[in-house]
Amino acid sequence: MTDAASASPKAPRRSLLQSLEIDTRLLGMIGAFVALCLVFNMFTDGRFLTPRNIFNLSIQTVSVAIMATGMVFVIVTRHIDLSVGALLATCSAVMGVMQVWILPQTLGLGIGHPLIAPATMIAGMATGALIGAFNGWLIGYQRIPAFIVTLGGLLVWRNVGWYLTDGQTVGPLDSTFMLFGGIEGTLGEPLSWALGAAASIAAIWALWRARADKVRHGFPVKPVWAEAVMASLAAAAILGFVAVLNAYQVPAARLRRDFAARGEVMPEGYTEAFGLPISVLILVVVAVAMTVLARRTRLGRYIFAAGGNPDAAELSGINTRMLTVKVFALMGFLCGLSAIIAQARLQNHTNDIGTLDELRVIAAAVIGGTALSGGVGTIYGAILGAIIMQSLQSGMAMVGVDAPFQNIVVGLVLVLAVWIDIQYRKRTGEKS
Amino acid sequence: MTPLVELRNISIAFGGIKAVDRVTVDLFPGEVVGLLGHNGAGKSTLIKCLSGAYQKDTGDIFIDGERVEIRNPRDARALNIETIYQTLALADNLDAASNLFLGRELTTRFGFVDDAAMEAETRRIMGRLNPNFAKFKTPVKALSGGQRQSVAIARAVYFNARILIMDEPTAALGPQETQMVAELIQELKAQGLGIFLIEHDIHNVMKLCDRASVMKNGQLVGTVNVAEVTDEDILGMIILGKMPERRGA
Ligand SMILES: Nc1ncnc2c1ncn2[C@@H]1O[C@H](COP(=O)(O)OP(=O)(O)OP(=O)(O)O)[C@@H](O)[C@H]1O
Ligand SMILES: [Mg+2]
Repeated sequence: MTDAASASPKAPRRSLLQSLEIDTRLLGMIGAFVALCLVFNMFTDGRFLTPRNIFNLSIQTVSVAIMATGMVFVIVTRHIDLSVGALLATCSAVMGVMQVWILPQTLGLGIGHPLIAPATMIAGMATGALIGAFNGWLIGYQRIPAFIVTLGGLLVWRNVGWYLTDGQTVGPLDSTFMLFGGIEGTLGEPLSWALGAAASIAAIWALWRARADKVRHGFPVKPVWAEAVMASLAAAAILGFVAVLNAYQVPAARLRRDFAARGEVMPEGYTEAFGLPISVLILVVVAVAMTVLARRTRLGRYIFAAGGNPDAAELSGINTRMLTVKVFALMGFLCGLSAIIAQARLQNHTNDIGTLDELRVIAAAVIGGTALSGGVGTIYGAILGAIIMQSLQSGMAMVGVDAPFQNIVVGLVLVLAVWIDIQYRKRTGEKS
Repeated sequence: MTPLVELRNISIAFGGIKAVDRVTVDLFPGEVVGLLGHNGAGKSTLIKCLSGAYQKDTGDIFIDGERVEIRNPRDARALNIETIYQTLALADNLDAASNLFLGRELTTRFGFVDDAAMEAETRRIMGRLNPNFAKFKTPVKALSGGQRQSVAIARAVYFNARILIMDEPTAALGPQETQMVAELIQELKAQGLGIFLIEHDIHNVMKLCDRASVMKNGQLVGTVNVAEVTDEDILGMIILGKMPERRGA
């Protein structure tokens, strides 16, 4: 037998989108997001799309977006996690107690010791991963439905968090720790540009590698111009985002205070931009890592296989119970990471931290195209979903929509997004 | 000669119903043993005890004369037992290559899954099994029943199995594809594999199998050498549950 099947069939005429091989669903989401921004910008007399507001939107989105990437895996494997907000609160409580009471006082490291921030963060993320693994064990090995385990977890962990701090607000936080919250920790203009450039180069390199791989195996590839368009779009998006963040100037009063603190006088006409917040950088790293995990590792492949057909995954020799433990442990770890960012942004541990985050996180994943029936979902979709949710909420607040009505709109958008998704899949012949 | 596989006195019950009741069958290298019986006779359940999908309640499994425990599908794979399930057991949301290599992905030097290499291998093997197959990028849920079955067959034969279990492998295939699977079975047999073939079509059984074991209501009716019996004898075993009368000596 010859390799008849591997000879590529004569390519029919292709539309622009087909040549570019752009995911039309992604395009639709971006379109909806752009429309949303333009509408808000109009109703706020241009205040919505200022560098300042975009900066704020970015740092407000990070915590939910990070958890949403983990929720994609949870939902893809046909589970749900209703306890992420409560888990975040417990991790936050552990970290608050660690950095404010235990490390500086009980262990006598003293305030401002350089070990406090790293030790606290490790403790927080480990707490999340351990609780998540425990949830996964109950679900995978004891066969209790995830809905029940995490519904119970929502009550348990929210209140374990309460007991850890006796219901008190814990602060002030360690100054290094606070760098992870957003406005306190930004990279400044030059470093932001450098990172933007590096990211653009990395994106182009990844595109080129993917193409080289296909060529090596003799598979059909996009025309070169299409690759070039995609590469330019990626680079433009990255650099454009950096440019916006770099356009947000640090207020003069704050600069003067910083100079004064160093015993200097601020030179006349001195300006400085915030640049990329560390928290946003962490989100980018999480997004890339989770995407690589989903697409390029065995673990990711098994997650999607188990979501598509759990029995087939098991019969293929995949340990689906252990897989459940890993997925929930990862979710818990990401809750711990989000807790760092949420707590640092709020500059305290408060009892109600992360309240209702489970709903935001699930909504972000679902708006981003993760199917509750399992097996389907993308990391970038979930992040875009989180951004859309946050923009909607902030935009309505800026326009001055009543708080109850804001929630009504968010609820409607969630249902509408899923409905559109179902219609889209019907059209493209995917199963819903 | 020791058998490649011996299933001895295997029993398994589901909530009081004995799906398989003290069944003993064996299989030698280079042999095809047909498993026959009416719907619900217990054929699939029996082989699932060998493939690790089910746990037998009682009985013993011997591979190369040695008693083994098969607790899950991973144990079976480790013993070079490959299975084509009646339900195919494919992850519908993944493409053909991902399914073919599921659980045994090819990886790059850095340990990442190598999709391009897996697709190339899949194209190669599908070219032999089903040359008309061209949907390498689509999730297998978008394939026809026969195309899906081809993927399941490709997965079972790709990994150098010693023991192959085929549960109605050609149920959804067209005549040309069925013929190719028949040729494949003969080729694998010549390579010394042992094959359990569950098949309802008596003609295929007569053509492909060396021996046939017939089950009825979970019990073994008996095992015959295919060369020594007729179609009618086997049909009688399936329907009446009795061994054929011995004819003239
Ligand atoms: N998981 C299960 N739970 C309960 N009963 C089962 C299960 N699997 C099989 N059975 C029962 O065991 C009996 C044997 O089923 P099995 O699938 O082995 O039949 P079969 O011989 O393969 O039939 P067919 O030719 O229709 O494929 C049937 O009565 C079936 O209902
Ligand atoms: Mg069967």
